[in-house]
Amino acid sequence: MTTTPEPRLAAASPPGSVPAGDAAAPAAAASGARQVWRRLRSRPSAVWSAAVLGLLVVLALAAPLLAALEGQDPDTYHDALVDSARGGVPIGPLGGVSGDHWLGVEPGTGRDLFVRLLYGARVSLLVAVGATVVQVVIGVLVGLAAGLGNRLVDSVLSRFTDVMIALPMLVLAIALTAVVPAGFPRPVLLVLVIGLLNWGGTSRIVRAQTLTLKQLDFVAAARLGGSGRWRVARRELLPSLAAPVITYAAILLPSNIVIEASLSFLGVGVKPPTPSWGQMLSTAQVWFRADPMYVLLPAGLLFVTVFAFTVLGDAVRTALDPRAAGRLGVGRRGKRGPRGPRKAVAATGAAPETTSATAPAPDSTPGSVPAPVSGSAAPPPGPGPASAPPHHDAPEDPAS
Amino acid sequence: MTRYLLKRLGGAAGVLLVLSVAVYALFYLVPGDPARLACGDRCSTQQVEQVRERLGLEDSVVAQYGEFLRGVVAGRDYSTGTAVLHCDAPCLGFSYKTDQQVTQLILERAPATLSLALGAMVLWLVIGVGTGLLSALRRGGITERALTVLTLAGTGTPVFILGLLLLMLVCAYLRWLPFPSYVPFTDDPEQWAWNLLLPWLTLGLYESAKYARLTRGSTLETLAEDHIRTFRAYGVGERAVVARHALRGAVPPVIALSALDFGTMMGGAVLTESLFGIPGVGKTLIDSVRQVDLPVVVGVVLVVGVAVVLANVVADLLYAAADRRVALL
Amino acid sequence: MTELNDAPEPNDPTEPGGPTRPPTNPGTAAEPLVRVTDLTVEFTTDEGTAPVRAVDRLSFTLAAGRALALVGESGSGKSTVASALLGLHRGTGARVGGTVRVGGTDVGAATDRELRALRGAVAAMVFQDPLSSLDPYYAVGDQIAEVYRVHTAATRRAARARAVEVLDRVGIPDAARRAHARPHEFSGGMRQRALIAMALACGPRLLIADEPTTALDVTVQAQILDLLHELRQETGMGLLLVTHDVGVAAESVDDVLVMREGREVERGPVADLLGAPRETYTRTLLAAVPRVDAPLTRGPEPAPEPESAGEVLLEAVDLRREFRRGRRTVTAVDGVSLTVRPGETLGVVGESGSGKTTLGRMLVRLLDPTSGRLRYRGTEIGAASEKELRPFRRELQMVFQDPASSLNPRRSVGESVADPLRAAGALDETRIVRRVRELLERVGLDPDRYDRYPHEFSGGQRQRIGIARALAAEPRLIVCDEPVSALDVTTQAQVTALLAELQRELGLALVFIAHDLAVVRQVSDRVAVMRGGRIVEQGTVAQVYGAPADPYTRRLLAAVPVLDPAHAAARRSARGELPREMAAV
Repeated sequence: MTTTPEPRLAAASPPGSVPAGDAAAPAAAASGARQVWRRLRSRPSAVWSAAVLGLLVVLALAAPLLAALEGQDPDTYHDALVDSARGGVPIGPLGGVSGDHWLGVEPGTGRDLFVRLLYGARVSLLVAVGATVVQVVIGVLVGLAAGLGNRLVDSVLSRFTDVMIALPMLVLAIALTAVVPAGFPRPVLLVLVIGLLNWGGTSRIVRAQTLTLKQLDFVAAARLGGSGRWRVARRELLPSLAAPVITYAAILLPSNIVIEASLSFLGVGVKPPTPSWGQMLSTAQVWFRADPMYVLLPAGLLFVTVFAFTVLGDAVRTALDPRAAGRLGVGRRGKRGPRGPRKAVAATGAAPETTSATAPAPDSTPGSVPAPVSGSAAPPPGPGPASAPPHHDAPEDPAS
Repeated sequence: MTRYLLKRLGGAAGVLLVLSVAVYALFYLVPGDPARLACGDRCSTQQVEQVRERLGLEDSVVAQYGEFLRGVVAGRDYSTGTAVLHCDAPCLGFSYKTDQQVTQLILERAPATLSLALGAMVLWLVIGVGTGLLSALRRGGITERALTVLTLAGTGTPVFILGLLLLMLVCAYLRWLPFPSYVPFTDDPEQWAWNLLLPWLTLGLYESAKYARLTRGSTLETLAEDHIRTFRAYGVGERAVVARHALRGAVPPVIALSALDFGTMMGGAVLTESLFGIPGVGKTLIDSVRQVDLPVVVGVVLVVGVAVVLANVVADLLYAAADRRVALL
Repeated sequence: MTELNDAPEPNDPTEPGGPTRPPTNPGTAAEPLVRVTDLTVEFTTDEGTAPVRAVDRLSFTLAAGRALALVGESGSGKSTVASALLGLHRGTGARVGGTVRVGGTDVGAATDRELRALRGAVAAMVFQDPLSSLDPYYAVGDQIAEVYRVHTAATRRAARARAVEVLDRVGIPDAARRAHARPHEFSGGMRQRALIAMALACGPRLLIADEPTTALDVTVQAQILDLLHELRQETGMGLLLVTHDVGVAAESVDDVLVMREGREVERGPVADLLGAPRETYTRTLLAAVPRVDAPLTRGPEPAPEPESAGEVLLEAVDLRREFRRGRRTVTAVDGVSLTVRPGETLGVVGESGSGKTTLGRMLVRLLDPTSGRLRYRGTEIGAASEKELRPFRRELQMVFQDPASSLNPRRSVGESVADPLRAAGALDETRIVRRVRELLERVGLDPDRYDRYPHEFSGGQRQRIGIARALAAEPRLIVCDEPVSALDVTTQAQVTALLAELQRELGLALVFIAHDLAVVRQVSDRVAVMRGGRIVEQGTVAQVYGAPADPYTRRLLAAVPVLDPAHAAARRSARGELPREMAAV
């Protein structure tokens, strides 16, 4: 064998030669949390949406303080402030705005709108965050178990997940709220109902990611190095799962806010007298001609909150996986970096490759194929694209 | 193909069975006396007992579920001492409140829901897919920025906010339309369309945001693929490349997702129906929940389950038909 | 793009019409087919860093009917040049300087319309990955017809007929029927033929082939190269071949231009350049290319260490592995028996789908054999449970093909190497770190880069890290699965040298799995040739390469490109006389 002098250090590959793969190291770009942070901060949309949300959280936390500052509370009726002759329309401009009631009062009851909106924010955020935590925890556990378990465990859990994803969650949530005794605290009920019904997406993503990672050589190497199953899961898999899970949670959060608002809007969510945006909007259906402010204020708040969360979620996704985002043209526009020539890699899959008219490679099926209930047409156990973010499979929509 | 279909439908039946067990268990094991609920508050104890007997509530839960299932498949009879109340084949029981057969009730409400979903689908296919394409093709321009912000805003906006604002604007301020109230198609097609215009717009615009994102995403993904480069390198014009090749990649997911969404909506676009007072399946659900009319709730949930499961099968078939690479296993 | 200083010249717009081949334009008759002057291409990277200069003031010409190869390692800018010939950088944000004239058209100054007329009709391109280069949704014949119709006024029907004609010409059997098939229904070789057919459709004067055989097996590669040669002789079109493989160039072209970092290193007629390279870089490059015709460097017989002579380290008997694919069962490895002795290298060579990777993974028990026996130092481990396997786990290690996926991107390389040590739990923290640093140094890396992450290393360096990790477990046997196939040829030589050195030093046994016959020949004592999950031939390197007994082995060897153009031509005609039984792959 020709023994060339052993090269040292950087001389290992000819200077300037950029080996293929350097540019395409999987998820390498997302390695440092600091890098992600830097990328987030450099996006104006991320900064302002975070600022809006930060302000909202502060306001919600400080609701009692602000209420005291205004000198109002959420539950006191002010009959004098509404015109009972006209059915209870607030007296005064813009829904009864005054020095005492900064954003006016509620039509019909005369309760202070500013304070009720703030307390409504508490409910919205609390329910949404709580439900998201439940969804993520269940989703990660089920997805991991399916991804790491044997064939039987996997097929049972994935089928279960498919069913959970397919079921119309809003309908079930409505139905469930009907049967729970009235005494049960409603916010907790909402957290549980939303959380327990809507973890399927997280689970599916975690499973797909786990299966992809499991195939990667570094997991095999860890096994060869003597690491047991749990050691592999903890050291090799979990760190790589963080990015997709965070990304997905960022999508779930605003969607949970909307679900809570929808349920309250339908009258099956938070019950009066606890204030909630959705419930205000429900009442507002009657008032929008006489008192438009009563529609616009909660609607505007809800919109701004959800929009800010959505924008921030998008930014987080881009920051965590700039390559995928760049490919979709999310971040920078129009420009594409140099594409290193693909390298000679003879196909040597662990299994014999199937030629001709069979299913395509798993990654050629767009990640957006909607959830099949059973025996999917897309190759079921096939790993999805490595570290692919959930492009457009938004979490269960509270459709319609 | 037939084999695949049979397998899928078999699987779907299994899913529905599991769903029915879960729903049945949940709704009939909840605290509260179903007989009392069915009879109403003003019933005497004796009347309640009668109802209990008629509904077979004395039997074990398993037996009750068996009866329920038999009712769905073959119909069942409720006997009250002397009188026998027959309930036809897909029997989901009787409403506690109106004593109407649940199946019939749902069938009566279905046309309104169908009307709403169909119109909305046309809108989201036109507006959503169109917007998505436009923003994919005008990359880097002001058009794209505007569309991106719009769709991003649209994705998050709850449908009832959109509906409320449209109502306020179109009906209260501009007075272009009267406040909609549902008119069945069979009564007056023209009035049917006018009254559904706003609900269609609401639901259609709401869904459009999702479809715009999906279309844009898949189109851009396809545009980045190698075969696009091939056609560019062979002198095929940009317009043809996009129209023939990039768009083609966006079709399968849009079709499949539409089938799914349509199926879900058949179970009632609850929020839209509730907001516009459309007497559809979703409105039925929410009304029966308020009245604790359990048989109707169970019935609607199961019907929604059927719709969704079928929609899934259809979505898969359409996807496979649109993307020939997917082999139906 | 386009700050191209274009000398105004009688610009004869190429007629976008010629049905098969545009008539040679009298005005451009004197002009070479391709004239590239001071071509510079820069890519702007994100976040405001300095632009990357992929091609740096490159000039060359290609006369009509001649063939030129751009040869270079990855990052040399060769593919960028190919794209520039068709103006494919337009609209991508790349900055292009200098002039490029192809078939009389100034590519930089041409209008979009002129450019489209050039693309496909005057100069057609064949890409590396034939699967992704065709639209999965349309029939192959339709795609060719579409391209044909862009450049001609042909009717739909005529275009379809033309598609069938060219498909038939490139050796697609039953072309009329196969034209209706979609790309995924073709095999890799057939897809590449289809792409070549698309290139032929409009009768171009120049064919640009960008790594046309890189994704293909060696026997298929030989067929494609033969096809290109044949077509060139028949139509007289010029060829610009972009390749990293000097052997492929030697087989196919008249002149070679060696590139490195976007610049020309050396150019000349192929025989001269390969026979007597003037530049050091060219010499290094050529020296690094493993060859099937070089003298053997390892002893004809393995030199087993005295005390272990005759001892068998690992023995596989009738090993089988099946995979379930939906309802079908696919046998990946079908009754393989082999032995590995301490300190020797067993090469396993085979084309894609031959089951060699599956076999390798079974040997270290990453995969469970479906049946058969696997004995390691006398202990049966083929069906051993994970727990029973524990004492042996660390002695059987593996080095993987893809340096990008064999290291966890989220863990520092030091931690990855330390993993086996930590799992063993025998050493304390300080000793572990010290040992890892030793190992990193041993494989030729700076131990101070312990805390760096994989993406900060080049492919070759990552492969070294993978080797260090395998060594950390103190193995007796390492299965190397295509350890160098993702690397540039000079890096390849360095990594194989490192492996050989470590083997000598530590008395390791190696199983070296590769598709590249020349590499396997270079590093192995004994060789097993696999096909369809079976070993068709097994023996010492001298036996298998010198006097192959199996016809498949002979065919494989005949397909390996050689560096001597004269020799290559002789082999080509010899191949031509072989029955075309494999033509349909």
